Amino acid sequence: MKKMGFVLASTASLLMAGAAYATDVKIGVLNDRSGIYADIAGEGSVIAAQMAVEDFKATDKGINVSIVSADHQNKPDVGSNIARQWYDTENVDVIADVPTSSVALAVNEITKEKNKIFLASGPASSDLTGKACSPNTVHWTYDTWALANGTGSAMVAQGGDSWFFVTADYAFGHALERDTTAVVEASGGKVLGAVRHPFPGQDFSSFLLQAQGSGAKVVGLANAGGDTINAVKQASEFGITQGGQALAALLMFINDVHALGLEVAQGLVLTSAFYWDKNDQTREFSARFQERNAGQKPSMIEAGVYASVLHYLKAVEAVGDKDAAKVMAKMKEMPTEDPLFGKGTIRADGRKLHDMYLFRVKKPDQSKAPWDYFETVATIPADKAFRPLAEGGCSLVK
Amino acid sequence: MFELLGIPPQVLFGQLLLGLINGSFYAVLSLGLAVIFGLLNIINFTHGAQYMLGAFGAWMLLNYLGVGYWWAVFIVPPIVGVTGIVLERVLIRRLYHLDHLYGLLLTFGLALIIVGFFRQFFGVSGLPYPPPPLLNGGYNLGFMYLPNSRAWVIVASLIVCLATWFIIEKTRLGAYLRAATENPTMVGAFGINVPLLVTLTYGFGVALAGFAGVLAAPIYAVNPNMGADLIIVVFAVVVIGGMGSILGSILTGFGLGLIEGLTRVFYPEGSAVVIFVIMALVLLVKPAGLFGRSV
Repeated sequence: MKKMGFVLASTASLLMAGAAYATDVKIGVLNDRSGIYADIAGEGSVIAAQMAVEDFKATDKGINVSIVSADHQNKPDVGSNIARQWYDTENVDVIADVPTSSVALAVNEITKEKNKIFLASGPASSDLTGKACSPNTVHWTYDTWALANGTGSAMVAQGGDSWFFVTADYAFGHALERDTTAVVEASGGKVLGAVRHPFPGQDFSSFLLQAQGSGAKVVGLANAGGDTINAVKQASEFGITQGGQALAALLMFINDVHALGLEVAQGLVLTSAFYWDKNDQTREFSARFQERNAGQKPSMIEAGVYASVLHYLKAVEAVGDKDAAKVMAKMKEMPTEDPLFGKGTIRADGRKLHDMYLFRVKKPDQSKAPWDYFETVATIPADKAFRPLAEGGCSLVK
Repeated sequence: MFELLGIPPQVLFGQLLLGLINGSFYAVLSLGLAVIFGLLNIINFTHGAQYMLGAFGAWMLLNYLGVGYWWAVFIVPPIVGVTGIVLERVLIRRLYHLDHLYGLLLTFGLALIIVGFFRQFFGVSGLPYPPPPLLNGGYNLGFMYLPNSRAWVIVASLIVCLATWFIIEKTRLGAYLRAATENPTMVGAFGINVPLLVTLTYGFGVALAGFAGVLAAPIYAVNPNMGADLIIVVFAVVVIGGMGSILGSILTGFGLGLIEGLTRVFYPEGSAVVIFVIMALVLLVKPAGLFGRSV
């Protein structure tokens, strides 16, 4: 019986391979390759996309995948130009990653206009599945609503009912501040003030001093990457936590913790979609990834690039064609399953649903090995982790 | 309690002090640039990368050799200075007879190469550099909490700035330097080795950048891009102060730090551009800069 099944399966796959033969797919990984987000995405995202193609054994299945990459320098104009050039003259079918929400919102529009596919792993703004939602976009890894819901709620639950925000002055920071404010106010807390810092920033002392002066119980950092690293380092220098205020790094990546060192980062609570040391599958992937990415463990963004490219390729295989509308329909119809995020689904508004995790950064003496940084505080189930479908204001939802 | 423009005085004093501290970085860095421009006529765009080298130098001493911060303050600037001397001897020297623009292009290219090299090896997130025990903690000044590390920055840079100004303006060596700028042939005729003087001056200017880098290591993230954003601001400071003016660059450095600090209170979104707005205004009114001699 087992043998029979095997024969059937191989015949079927041969037939399918025949049907899908010579599907050429070109994936463009667009992200920051030199600036403050280059370590959480950058070349690591390109490696993740390559690993997805290899693990999927795309060539054996008759899909010829080529991957190109470019540096958008965190500038919407640069990113838009690359996206247009890729779609118009270089036959790119899919753009993946795109951290920096301002750039991602631009690529989101262009992708819709050109009827291609955008696998957004890097950006955070929840507007991508809200008022700016698009039938051509899947927002894979996380968003500002999920971060606010995770870290924001946890801080309020611990008694942090008055907040002051230090916010990166662009689309991402604004969205994160807005979504966190909503969570804080819904839980009965209040926001005492906010200061918008230029992006990227280096010296946060005056903003931290304003936060200190506000008397808020929680100082919420609505920024990311190098900005968060600098802000946390200087918050420790200015004795923010020693003064009785709690620090909430609303978006923090494992690479940021690595750069800060546990001495400074210990005790921070953060929301993430992925941690390398979660189970055997994530450990296995992360070990392979680390070998190829100069010793760095994958960030949740890089994990999201891997999983989203994998799911896209499955959909192309199932459709036997790379037509954007058909493949998107298939991606939303098929449940997702991959070694990094487990089982999940993609909603009508393009939001990928999976569990999110609330982690706490370990104390130096709790960490047993390099990159052993997080302990799990809570698992936020997929149906609670993201903004309810009806509340986003997405025009695709009827 | 009286308020000034809606800001309590405590907050204002705190912000002014922080402005001065940031101004110390501007002052030390623009001083190095001014020394180099004044004597070599080279617009040293590698300065940001050399500042980064200073911070990485401190990190490497600590992590590879176990040498702590206080030693690094003395060891790293000369080392960074020597790397500058090598650059000057091998490359920059060849451009002295050409237009400023060639020197600018060469040093800009060198900066990109150095930063790219470090980015390849260390990534962009940066490396942790724990402050030495003496710099941990701080004092409550009543209007703000002043970390020891910041107090040290302001003291150290004031000492270095004043010492540099003294050497160049008040000593015999400084007199030679200034004379060599005015008329190298004549000074050479008096038996002074002008090329050596020029090389050492470049090394000294670069060492100042390295010194600022060491000061920055416990405060800012030690990463390859740390100098790239700062250097543009520092160039604006030098232009406002007057290219090549020693005292001008020191005073402008501290002054602009203060103005930037105030902008962060009243209109934080504008704090990244305020220095450039001032630069444009100064150039309109006094094209040679506030302290520069008009040509």
